[in-house]
Amino acid sequence: MIRLNRTQAIALALVLITIVLGYYGRDLGKALDARWLTKFPSAWVIPFKTYVSSAMKWLIEDAAIGPVSFTDLTRAVAWTIEQPYNLVLALLADGFVSGQGSDAQVILPAISWIVVITAVVALGQYCRDWALAALVGACFIYLAVFGQWDSAMVTLASVLIAVPIGAGGGLLLGILAYRHPLFEKIISPILDLMQTIPIFAYLVPILFMFGFGPISALVATIIYATPPMVRITTLALKGVDPEILDFGRMAGTTQRQLMWRVLVPSASHSLMVGVNQVIMLTLNMVIIASMIGAGGLGFDVLAALRRLDIGAGFEAGIAIVVLAIAVDRLSQAFAERMGQVHHDQPGSWVARHRRTVLVLILLVVTWVLGQFSLLLLEYPENQTITTGAFWDNTVEYLNVNYFDVFEAIKVFFLTWFMIPIKTVLLGIPWPWAIAMLTLLGWHAGGWRLALLCGGMASLILVSGLWSKAMVTVYLCGASVILATLIGVPLGVLAALNKRAGAVINLLIDTLQTLPSFVYLIPVVMLFRVGDFTALIAIVLYALAPAVRYAAHGVRSVNEELIEAGLVSGCTRRQLLRHIRLPMALPEILLGINQTIMLALSMLVITALVGTRDLGQEVYIALTKADTGRGLVAGLAIAFIAIIADRLINASARQARIRFGLES
Amino acid sequence: MPPKTKLACRNVWKLYGANADRLLQKTSDPTVEDLSSAGVIGAVRNANIEIDEGEIFVIMGLSGSGKSTLVRCLSRLIEPTGGEVLFDGSDLLRATEKELIEIRRHKMGMVFQHFALLPHLTVLQNVMFPLTIQAVPKAEADAKAREVVELVGLKGREDYYPRELSGGQQQRVGIARSLVTEPDIWFLDEPFSALDPLIRREMQDEFLRLQERLHKTIVFITHDFEEAVRLADRIAIMKDGEVIQIATPEELVMNPATDYVTEFTKHIPRSKVLTVSGVMSPGADGEGEPILQSTRVSDVAERIIAADAPIPVVDTEGKPVGAIDRKAVARVLFGEGDTA
Repeated sequence: MIRLNRTQAIALALVLITIVLGYYGRDLGKALDARWLTKFPSAWVIPFKTYVSSAMKWLIEDAAIGPVSFTDLTRAVAWTIEQPYNLVLALLADGFVSGQGSDAQVILPAISWIVVITAVVALGQYCRDWALAALVGACFIYLAVFGQWDSAMVTLASVLIAVPIGAGGGLLLGILAYRHPLFEKIISPILDLMQTIPIFAYLVPILFMFGFGPISALVATIIYATPPMVRITTLALKGVDPEILDFGRMAGTTQRQLMWRVLVPSASHSLMVGVNQVIMLTLNMVIIASMIGAGGLGFDVLAALRRLDIGAGFEAGIAIVVLAIAVDRLSQAFAERMGQVHHDQPGSWVARHRRTVLVLILLVVTWVLGQFSLLLLEYPENQTITTGAFWDNTVEYLNVNYFDVFEAIKVFFLTWFMIPIKTVLLGIPWPWAIAMLTLLGWHAGGWRLALLCGGMASLILVSGLWSKAMVTVYLCGASVILATLIGVPLGVLAALNKRAGAVINLLIDTLQTLPSFVYLIPVVMLFRVGDFTALIAIVLYALAPAVRYAAHGVRSVNEELIEAGLVSGCTRRQLLRHIRLPMALPEILLGINQTIMLALSMLVITALVGTRDLGQEVYIALTKADTGRGLVAGLAIAFIAIIADRLINASARQARIRFGLES
Repeated sequence: MPPKTKLACRNVWKLYGANADRLLQKTSDPTVEDLSSAGVIGAVRNANIEIDEGEIFVIMGLSGSGKSTLVRCLSRLIEPTGGEVLFDGSDLLRATEKELIEIRRHKMGMVFQHFALLPHLTVLQNVMFPLTIQAVPKAEADAKAREVVELVGLKGREDYYPRELSGGQQQRVGIARSLVTEPDIWFLDEPFSALDPLIRREMQDEFLRLQERLHKTIVFITHDFEEAVRLADRIAIMKDGEVIQIATPEELVMNPATDYVTEFTKHIPRSKVLTVSGVMSPGADGEGEPILQSTRVSDVAERIIAADAPIPVVDTEGKPVGAIDRKAVARVLFGEGDTA
């Protein structure tokens, strides 16, 4: 018999009451003739949407500082990004063209596929060795052979623009934060918020400000990919050996010399980790960005998903993965190379830059001879292979032969797991729900947190999005429960068993390199659209942190505690149950926190498969370019994220304090 | 002519804590109780030091004694809370940012415990760095850097990267880099502490050899009393942020100011500290090749013990000042208590 103390008893009772209330909430409302208990009356809704829409309208049409209007500002930003983007796009994909429409004259065609492949192979060999060169070469050849070349080059062009801007801007902001503690104080909570707010919250305003098109997509990508770089830069600069800092000052460097000739080069290794992050986040955004006008592979996937063309979607999705792998490995190898020793070979410029010279010669040759043979410029279309039909057939085969099995799994989960959760969440009377949230906040982190939880929940309520928010919480919650149930044991296993750990690590690494959309495709193939499909896609995407943090938590339990347990005669199971798991609890909680954040960021993607949550609301707003609606729904997602984040962080901190790991 | 004071600090305080500035404005000489009641930590407390031109001045103390903070106050890497630092007679703490940069570029050099070499530059580029940032013409900087690299015995390794060198070699690079600007004053912050004992010994010899050629004014930080005794002209011993005694190694051993100093000197073989003049019989006569009075006892002990008669002792001008016999040496080697 488990004995409970008073607080635990009260908590348990409250949870039970909530569940019962939720289950019978609607009937209760009917019985008391008080429908408003579960359904917030539309007359009470404050029309935030309209306010935001008109505010945005004002911003675009009338806002100005002196003679410079807000629109001028956005146009200037757009223009600055557009110039390099058009150049790279012309080089990689479109070629340089003069004139418009059918009169267009190609002045210089895009760089030949042969040259691009040679260049990446040379880069791979330069950064590490022939093995890497072979890998990236194979990746790019795959893109050509499978007919994804043109789209891939459009995507690559946007990566080539977004990464330098994101990394460079992040570096500068990070330096600023390092130099001025005040600026760091201002920017640090903003960075926190940026990492909690799902991307979709700011897609709509960006769309409104920059219009539908690749520039909007680039702006969104850059905003999404920059925050980690800022943080890593500040950390890297702070991590430079204080003696190196002292040396720089003693050598009589000016402020600028100290930063750029001493600190930044000394921190370059850590900085490259940040750049790699920027690259991965940029690739992660490829499909989402296509919702507001990015072309390329992301657009192909999105279009295929919209018309449920499984084969085409899968091919384009794989192409994104292949591109991501190539770029990721190259950038990692480059970072490693920077940290290694290499000696300049003597000789002329040509002798020292043989690879560059080779690529340049090849470029000129293909451009000149390309006039006569198109093969040198473009991979012949009739030589491409498509696997679309194969995937379509496979799916058809599976659906014809195993339909019952899939259907049974789906129905089982829906009936016994998802629908009950949904019913309860939608049925809880909102006054009770807000009261419980406030209480939870108070218990975990005092009155400030209580105020935050209650306030944000009320805002969601009065904006009229309560039921959609509850569907969001249900989808997200169900996914997080599943991800935790699968992920934490996997993590514990990975920490306790070396061989299993290696396999699980590989699996998680692979899952994390995949852009979020890719998960959706195979699941849609087998389970078609609906909540269950969304659930699986979210679980797959959000699994990684649950595993990682659990493994790390279990691994970093103090060795002496384990020995103390062993000496007291614990069995392996007791060791796990009484020492390892409780001590790893704070870490596990943080992992679940990350899982929730990832789950929330997947929501708008799953809106594509027909869920009826806040994600859908944002998605509809995107297609209608309805700023107010999109921003309010996006903010509601952000509020949910912030409430979850703060609550869990506060609990994790409490646990750490209890264990004396933090004061 | 008395030696010229190169660098001095007067009543230097470095306090950490929220009320540090206010406390020092209130009383110019706060006691330990004042500090703790104000919640302030005294990293350096009322330090007064005068360093003469051309001497090796060692600041000795255990970790947390404030020696590193003090040397950083002397070079103004850390801003002292109070007091003044006189460099060539003018107050370093009043220098503007620009003047400070000029002083550091041309008059100060510093060597660090963990070498502080820039990992992305070669040996030569590291050594050249102080000249590069001054925009010295490349050919001139290159020639100068090669010269000091050779001086520290690293010729042939100019194009190596720091991580390809051993600890001792890395510190040679650090030394070369700090000398390339021909500084007047040379700070060495525990330069040999991160090295193996054997290498440390070798580097100490190397250091003495360099100083014989260069005659720099040196501030040398160490936590190793034996090292201090070996290298120092004078030693300042620090404890809890306070300088508790400044003296020659010999004086420290003969007249320790506090029990704390005694504790340090106890474990040092006296023959390595005491000079012949401290233990000889003044005015006595001897026979044989005379010994210089500043010689350490350990260096001549064997000869004196082997000799039957006292050996004469002379000063630097060759004038006899006394004699030393095996009894005196035996007292130093085996005796306890005072040897005078």
